[in-house]
Amino acid sequence: METIPYFPGCTCKADALPFEVSAKAVMRELDIEMREWERWTCCGTVYSMTTDDLIHQLGPARNLIRVQEEGSDRVVTICSMCYSTLKLSAMMFDADEEKLQKLNDFLYDEVDYEGGIRVMHILELLRDDVGFEAVKERVVRPLEGLRVAPYYGCTLVRPTEAGIDDREEPRVMHDLLEALGAEVVDSPFKVECCGSYETVDRPEMVAEKCHRILSDAIKRGADLVVTSCPLCEFNLDDRQDVISSIAPRFPGIPVLYFTSLMAIAFDLPEEEWGLESATVDPLPVLQEKVLAPKDEGGG
Amino acid sequence: MADDKVLQAIDEPPVMESEICVTDELVEVYIMGKPYTVPASLTIMKAMEYVGYKLVRGVGCREGFCGACGTVFRRRGDYKLYSGLACQTLVEDGMYLTQIPSFPAEKAVYDIRELEPTANTILSYYPELARCVSCNSCTKVCPQEIDVMDYVNEALRGDIERAAHTSFDCIMCGLCTVRCHAEMPQYLIGILARRLYAAHIAARAQDLESRVQQILDGEFDKELADIKKLSEEELKDLYKKRDIEPT
Repeated sequence: METIPYFPGCTCKADALPFEVSAKAVMRELDIEMREWERWTCCGTVYSMTTDDLIHQLGPARNLIRVQEEGSDRVVTICSMCYSTLKLSAMMFDADEEKLQKLNDFLYDEVDYEGGIRVMHILELLRDDVGFEAVKERVVRPLEGLRVAPYYGCTLVRPTEAGIDDREEPRVMHDLLEALGAEVVDSPFKVECCGSYETVDRPEMVAEKCHRILSDAIKRGADLVVTSCPLCEFNLDDRQDVISSIAPRFPGIPVLYFTSLMAIAFDLPEEEWGLESATVDPLPVLQEKVLAPKDEGGG
Repeated sequence: MADDKVLQAIDEPPVMESEICVTDELVEVYIMGKPYTVPASLTIMKAMEYVGYKLVRGVGCREGFCGACGTVFRRRGDYKLYSGLACQTLVEDGMYLTQIPSFPAEKAVYDIRELEPTANTILSYYPELARCVSCNSCTKVCPQEIDVMDYVNEALRGDIERAAHTSFDCIMCGLCTVRCHAEMPQYLIGILARRLYAAHIAARAQDLESRVQQILDGEFDKELADIKKLSEEELKDLYKKRDIEPT
């Protein structure tokens, strides 16, 4: 089994723990062990765009040094936000020797960061290392008839230089879902921002944006929406009560991490599906479309 | 010995020389910018008293446990900031000294029994926790050599048990808070984590609970009443004959 250093991020240890459970489980099935190292710190949460704001690069840089200490030249994340922050920081230090020097001067309590760490999102690992053919081969319960709208949000695909796919027409989750046997529902809102951290102060604004994203998916016949970002998941899922208060006829739609559908398609034990973070219950639709025995009663 | 002109106005005599183990070797230190010559055998705290300061805050047990005398200092020709407990750190030639008797921090008030041991609980009292940028200044300054940045991050991701263990040796001196770029009171976050751990995560001591119940049920009332009636001699005798746990 191949091992790759894994950076969980704070949210994937708290509210989004089910995401980690399902992600680790499905990767194990594909012969990759995501190994968390001992002393990781917050990724930095949001990449600082200010060029002279090096203090906010200390968090990501410290984690990149930890990866170096693990003896690896790459690291995998599951959270889109952690991915983006670590990736952009790694790219900045690779491109700017002066900043790297300044960083190492400040971090005298650490070994020097040498650069050259490749930050990967789990979807990249699945696409480029494992391959969707191998994913397809592992499927024992194809998600036939399940209509799934993939939602990418911002940080997986933007900014372009750090994106894992085309920033307007990404395919990676589409292709993965097809490998799982699901019917993919494409929506032009798949890369629309969910409102991000505005959810703290302005939940109504976030609800408005999520309403637009989810309504379009529903209109196009989606049974559920999948995402790869704990913050997007929170906004799209938990904020549906705010959506209902501003749009009473909004019917609601379950929002899951893509790894949950993988775990179900791989027929892993239920405790590894990671459905616990879903506020809008996905079980009724999953029961109807996927989990119910297909050969019985259908004639 | 002390420079009379710089003595603070004091009502009590300074620490007597006889109380201090004075050696022949003298060193020069700077206390709040002013040079003094003091015996090299003194701690920072005793050196300040030796030259005439009366310490009423920023001083406590004098044994390295209470955390009242956390202090920072520099050495001549060295840009680095050092820290220690003033009661435990010996003076060196060329030290720049001060005392930090107190540093402002707002302490949250809570009923620990009503809280859930999660990251969100800690964030609700100390939202600035999320402002950590991993600069590690807190760890560098900690006189207890605690990995402060690590327990801050453990608390942030809701690993309360680990945060409690990592912060266990904290003596609440507050130097981490003085240095924090994110302006958080790490030591108060640490004690909240330890309280959450103790109240909600650590295994309950069943022996203790059953003994408390026995007391509440009055099982020892008669015994206690009997003891209260004994004379001093009878009590001493009973004490000598008590059950002692085998060593």
